[in-house]
Amino acid sequence: MARYSILIDVTKCTGCYNCFLACRDEYYGNDYPSYSAAQPLDGQFWMQIKEIERGAYPKPKACYVPTPCMHCESAPCMDAAKDGAVYRRSDGIVMIDPQKAIGQDAIVSACPYRVIYWNAEKQLPQKCTLCAHRLDEGDPLPRCVESCPTGALVFGDLDDSGSEIAKRVGEGRSEALHPEYKTRSLVQYIGLPKCFVAGEVVFKDNPGECAQGVTVSLSGAGVNRETKTDHYGDFEFEDLEKNQQYEISIAADGYVARQVAFTTRKDVNLGEIVLEPK
Amino acid sequence: MSEQVFTNCTNAGPVSVYVKDGKVTRIRPLVADEKDFKPWVIEADGRRYSPPKKFSVAPFVHAERRRLYSDERIKYPLKRVDFDPKGERNPQNRGKSAYKRISWNEALDIVSSEIKRVRDTYGGSAISGLTSSHHNWGIVGYKMGPFARFMNLLEFTPVLDNPDSWEGWHWGATHTYGFYWRLGMPEQYDLLEDGLKNAEMIVFWSNDPDSTRGTYSGQESSIWRQWLKEKGVEMVFIDPFHNFTAAAMEGKWIAPRMGTDAAMAMAIAHVWITEGTYDKAYIETHTIGFDGFKKYILGEIDGQPKTPEWAETESTVRARVIRALARQWAKKRTVLSGGSRGGEGGACRTAFGTEWARMMVLLQGMQGLGKPGRSIWGTTMGAPSDTDVWFPGYADLQGRIATATVADYLPINTNKQRLWRLTIPDAILEPPVSWYGEGFCGQSLEQQFKHFEYPMEGHSEIKLFYRYGGSFMGTMSDTTKWVRMYQSPKLEFVVNQDVWFNSETRMADVILPVCTNFERDDVGEFAAAGGYTVHASSGCNHRIIVRQQKCIDPMWESKSDYEIFTLIAERLGMKEQFTDGKTELEWVKTFFESSDLPKYINWEEFDKKGYYIINTKTGYKSTPSLRWFAETRDCDTPDLNNPKRNTEKAKELGTYSGKIEFESESLKAHMPDDQERPVSPRYIPSWEGHHSDLYARYPLQLLSPHPRFSFHCHYDKHTDWLNDIPVHRIKKDGYAWWPARINPLDAEPRGIKNGDYVRLHNDRASVLCMAVITERVKPGVIHSYASSAKYDPLIPGQADSPDKGGCVSMLTPSRMLSQNVPGMTPNSCLIEIERWEG
Repeated sequence: MARYSILIDVTKCTGCYNCFLACRDEYYGNDYPSYSAAQPLDGQFWMQIKEIERGAYPKPKACYVPTPCMHCESAPCMDAAKDGAVYRRSDGIVMIDPQKAIGQDAIVSACPYRVIYWNAEKQLPQKCTLCAHRLDEGDPLPRCVESCPTGALVFGDLDDSGSEIAKRVGEGRSEALHPEYKTRSLVQYIGLPKCFVAGEVVFKDNPGECAQGVTVSLSGAGVNRETKTDHYGDFEFEDLEKNQQYEISIAADGYVARQVAFTTRKDVNLGEIVLEPK
Repeated sequence: MSEQVFTNCTNAGPVSVYVKDGKVTRIRPLVADEKDFKPWVIEADGRRYSPPKKFSVAPFVHAERRRLYSDERIKYPLKRVDFDPKGERNPQNRGKSAYKRISWNEALDIVSSEIKRVRDTYGGSAISGLTSSHHNWGIVGYKMGPFARFMNLLEFTPVLDNPDSWEGWHWGATHTYGFYWRLGMPEQYDLLEDGLKNAEMIVFWSNDPDSTRGTYSGQESSIWRQWLKEKGVEMVFIDPFHNFTAAAMEGKWIAPRMGTDAAMAMAIAHVWITEGTYDKAYIETHTIGFDGFKKYILGEIDGQPKTPEWAETESTVRARVIRALARQWAKKRTVLSGGSRGGEGGACRTAFGTEWARMMVLLQGMQGLGKPGRSIWGTTMGAPSDTDVWFPGYADLQGRIATATVADYLPINTNKQRLWRLTIPDAILEPPVSWYGEGFCGQSLEQQFKHFEYPMEGHSEIKLFYRYGGSFMGTMSDTTKWVRMYQSPKLEFVVNQDVWFNSETRMADVILPVCTNFERDDVGEFAAAGGYTVHASSGCNHRIIVRQQKCIDPMWESKSDYEIFTLIAERLGMKEQFTDGKTELEWVKTFFESSDLPKYINWEEFDKKGYYIINTKTGYKSTPSLRWFAETRDCDTPDLNNPKRNTEKAKELGTYSGKIEFESESLKAHMPDDQERPVSPRYIPSWEGHHSDLYARYPLQLLSPHPRFSFHCHYDKHTDWLNDIPVHRIKKDGYAWWPARINPLDAEPRGIKNGDYVRLHNDRASVLCMAVITERVKPGVIHSYASSAKYDPLIPGQADSPDKGGCVSMLTPSRMLSQNVPGMTPNSCLIEIERWEG
């Protein structure tokens, strides 16, 4: 028994798409009988890259969330499938039988992550197999993981306590892409983006110098945090909860303190916050 | 039939090619035996950094199979339907008329008899042509081999290349710190170790290494930057676009108005001078001309001190931000990353771009260039690498079948006439044209001052144009003129020879189909260009020489370039002179035998196994770039082409004084009165920028950098898998559109929404794109990559037709960097943008 999975470290992903293209090379036009039918040209993103632009000019961020099949331990697609068309292997990989699944479009719509793709020509639901056919031949890695240049994708057996993936997951920083779906996905993430607030503090009486070292406090959603502006007068709080109300307080000796309230409907750039001298 | 596995190499990484029943089924990053790797280790701050035992190729390499079988392959020899070499040639219909399939015999007869006719009538100088760069890999078949060897036999008129992509460094920085033998880019040896051990901050100025990848080394260096990020090295990105490296590394983004980078650099110098935070001892011993430079910076020459406040009015970057950056740069050991290979970057591809490039060198000179953590490093080269083992690169004289002395016979071209790549259309349409500079001036600084005029006295104008592929509509500047050139009756015959249909292919009279490097034999080293970029394979974590095995037979009726030229040469009675009596495989073996590789592996084993990995030796001794100069020692790096190395001047740089020159001795000697590339750098506002009259009509600046998901034009259009990557192209209504990125502040008043079709336009051209609304581009700037391979005019054959394919280079100006500097200026381009209703 094993539980094969991929740990995806979003903080290491540069959005190079090597994983997406390696996957397409493995599967486009190639049938792997009993494992998977060939990918057609359009509409198949077994390793989809979700590019997320965050924040606003001049303080934007961008990150990428590679999104394969989550290989859920409680997989809605299995529940939706008839005749055992979706099954879990003893190593944890969730497979769609390319014969039995013909015509079963309910398998596609059952997936809350939207990572099962309908092959209209073959009337077949298709998705990531973690390159099960290659693993069975003795290859150590799925193609996507093999081609990742930065180690953002870590493949291995969660049940093997000596494996890198088990160790990394054991550090407790990993999470599911959508824990609210309660599907017990084996694929785990590190560094999924939440919300951030950024801004720049400016001294009104000294606009030619950055306001470095100014204390900025944040409160809201049950947390209190504090930081200081950097040498550009910039500040930032990462990992805020979405749709929460927060308040920033800015205090510098000799200046009138400022408070700014905001709601994290999305990432927030407060822009230049000008402090008036007392 | 069971699966066979072959080895091959691409322009961005080595691959294993899986073949079943004569068909390629998969192409993976080369799968090597784990035992063949002995990865280097760099120790820094108690951590050991060592690369994985694998090859990280560029994204598009994973799509090679799709490109191999692309619908865009040229399958058969073709002739334009209304071209009759014995009757009406109808040159005006080039780009408009259809083609019909002809036999190889007919095609070869036409091409060889046209060559013969033109040579007999006008002489060899009436023949010219040029190749597309980077379109395949392997030294035997590379463009500098068969094409040049064949053309030299004809005594053709060669085309000189501007160093497109780093022109400011070539034409500017060389006069500041030498390195003309690297075309202005600095040596990069062991700068990864220096970075990991010493760097506290990296300023990426006009540099997106995660996208441009040190040219040929794929994603190999991504992990280095990952390490630097994890180490907490502070990073700053100066770029009008929040580029992809910035996105991955985070850090501070500073977005100057395009064309004003030199002003910002001068303000940094102003802060250092007025606050006394530069390396005065180094200035004293390692530089000349600082006093004059200082006077200019302080405003004692033109009355304008180059303060951060002054720079803010030009660049829009807040004075306080410039000040803070300058202070941080002086305080911390700071690497300047001024382009992918150290010195490149779009900021040098603009009006007077020489001045920014020179300022980059001088800024780092003020902070002790060469001292620990004070390098100029692109972050894409400079891994530990065993440079003792010699294997030729495609640009090495000894790596080209046209010039290598392993040949028994070398054709010598005595024709002295030259064309300048950027002005070929002007030369054809409106001669004469003239310029200064011998193109890739890698032999001396003086080459930059050599004057050329076309046509040259006693030589013919060009009548026959022989082209390998080409998508110059998408890569050069003001490129509608290429369409007009092709339609000129002055070009009596145009032939295009390529693997795929490119933008220029359908401008030819006869089209010849070529096979890829998966369909022929060759040999090549990962990332090793050789020549003026010697030791470029230090951009790879492991040096690997690949026996590029023929994986499948040439498809349809395609042939290798070598075979095509052999067949034409045979008809011209020159077969033996062309082939030197060798097959392609025999050339491969000849190059192998001429290299150091036989000391480590014999031919039979290499041929069978398909690769050899050159690991660093135990006890590897690093020699960081320019440390020798900073420490006033003899040059100890393996920079082979440094002419002072191993001489009594080995402590010196390649400038006339041997030092960093704030006032250039070479410019003083040759062009002392040039006000556009003055002896000491100046900030000169762009002739097409926010100060020019045109700004009222075209208030947006076009930023058209090198693309992220194709290699120039290669892989675009021929590799439709890439159309599923929205950074590259966006599918809508059955068409894959080229993205144009626009800030919401510019989009909103124009009623442009995300995903709208838009028309980018100015007086030169109109290009249709898809709007991508993003916070990652500076207001006032439109970001759209150069290098679309899809020239798709709404009215085919009409030069001023709007293009639907995304060739934004059609919008960019013809004007050169400055009056005596013939480099291109794509980033001095004003446009307007509007919704396009179709």
